[in-house]
Amino acid sequence: MGYLHRHRGLVPYLLLAPGLAWLAVFFIVPLGFLAYQSLQSGSFDFGYAFDWSFGNYWEAIDRYHEHLLRSLIYAGLATVIALAVSYPLVYWIAFRGGRWKNLFLLVIIAPFFVTYLIRTLAWQSILSDSGFVLDALRTVGIVEAGGRLLATPVAVVAGLTYNFLPFMALPLYVALEQIDARLLEAAQDLYASKVAAFLRVTLPLSLPGVFAGTLLTFIPAAGDFINAQLLGTPREHMIGNVIQSKFLELIDYPAAAALSFVLMAAIVALVAVYARSLGTEKLTG
Amino acid sequence: MSSHITAAVRHHALTAYALVAFGYLLLPIAVVIAFSFNDPVGRFNYTWQGFTLDNWRNWDAVPGLSESMILSLQIAALASVVATVLGTLIALALVRYGFRGRSATNLLVFLPMSTPEIVLGASLLALFLQLRIATGFVTIVIAHVMFIISYAVVTVKARLVGFDRHLEEAAADLGADEWTTFRKVTLPLIAPAILSALLLGFALSVDDFVITYFVSGAETTFPLFVWGSARVGAPPQVNVLGTAIFVLALAAALLNVVLQNRRAKGAQ
Repeated sequence: MGYLHRHRGLVPYLLLAPGLAWLAVFFIVPLGFLAYQSLQSGSFDFGYAFDWSFGNYWEAIDRYHEHLLRSLIYAGLATVIALAVSYPLVYWIAFRGGRWKNLFLLVIIAPFFVTYLIRTLAWQSILSDSGFVLDALRTVGIVEAGGRLLATPVAVVAGLTYNFLPFMALPLYVALEQIDARLLEAAQDLYASKVAAFLRVTLPLSLPGVFAGTLLTFIPAAGDFINAQLLGTPREHMIGNVIQSKFLELIDYPAAAALSFVLMAAIVALVAVYARSLGTEKLTG
Repeated sequence: MSSHITAAVRHHALTAYALVAFGYLLLPIAVVIAFSFNDPVGRFNYTWQGFTLDNWRNWDAVPGLSESMILSLQIAALASVVATVLGTLIALALVRYGFRGRSATNLLVFLPMSTPEIVLGASLLALFLQLRIATGFVTIVIAHVMFIISYAVVTVKARLVGFDRHLEEAAADLGADEWTTFRKVTLPLIAPAILSALLLGFALSVDDFVITYFVSGAETTFPLFVWGSARVGAPPQVNVLGTAIFVLALAAALLNVVLQNRRAKGAQ
């Protein structure tokens, strides 16, 4: 303790060291190995060797751009729907929830208490050909007689939306909850209509929550392969399905590694465009 | 008058919407619970056939199921404790001390949370493959600690930021050394946050499928068991365990809400 007292500047580094070392060795270093693997060539039978095979990237994009595009579209749709579904709900909780706010919030995260795979399997049975949802949609005439829900893009997007919705709702709630009710009173005192007050006060103040929620929903959804696997068919397969099968079933490591980086690059590019379009200065206040 | 009516409609429309949305969120959970009492014909537990308690009575009748659950719980216990300790230390450093490399540290903590799980799993497998490390129990724990640390940091940090430093200064003024202050003042105050981090880490670990799938080798955790059984038709016992996990997690969360409300009342 005496030594530490004399070298107080060392204390934060000692506190950080074990955790950051863990992250460095098991997060940063593996990314390096993945990059190294993405530039190898060879075959499963004869082994893979590093030789700057940038061709893996072109091949990955060339052969799987449809999967990549599909991932981004499905994840984008799921994110927009999750935002549309959760915004009014979270608004209601934040402004009308009263003393039961925490309890209502618990309902939003309740899906997380059911194992991810099990809740996706539940959607499999809800959307199945003999399920009541399809029955109802057929009766109303939205789905024609022979139509299906399961094994379609609708099912995959529905699964993605449901599974990642709490990631959208929680940051939204945090942003809306912090809004000072006096600001809204002030807007109304100044003769703003309720709609105007919402558009000019509430909505702008909730944007940081929208931004955080969008990222937290879009990123995992874009890399997901479970929903496409359990609720779709190979026609709905996403980039995650390809990476997973190349890595674990086909043992084509270089292609799988290259695809992982293509996915990351696509996500980073989209997030950058999105952040710019929302305006970073608005978000950081 | 008519504006009164539209206002009332608008007011209740939002409440009605909230009820429908809650229903949507709870529907699959209801399905999971209901189908744990289903008496399926054949191997697919998709359509309702009839009520039975047999699945609950014979929850252990499926070979490998309880072993996978025990494995998941062991991994979660180990990984959540290690990650919470490491994450708490990082959070303390970030909130308490000014030091060079702060923003780099924040970035390193934030990055794993914003990387798709499949990339985390794939890169860890790349590491283990090329260093010829056999995958199994140890590599699963390593991977889980890695992705849980960030959540632990965020959870504990949130509590530390809103914490009254005067209490620590008072302890120091009364002659307590740094270690005593930490043990007697800081630790008890952040204990609830540490407990939250521990529970969150435990839940994340038990539920993780994607990363585990990559680094599990021949081990089968509970989510991996569900995945494997889904291809040939998941037995209703999977729903039984899913329901049990749900009820336990819900009970813990409800307890937390009650305690928070009581603390909030006490503070008023």
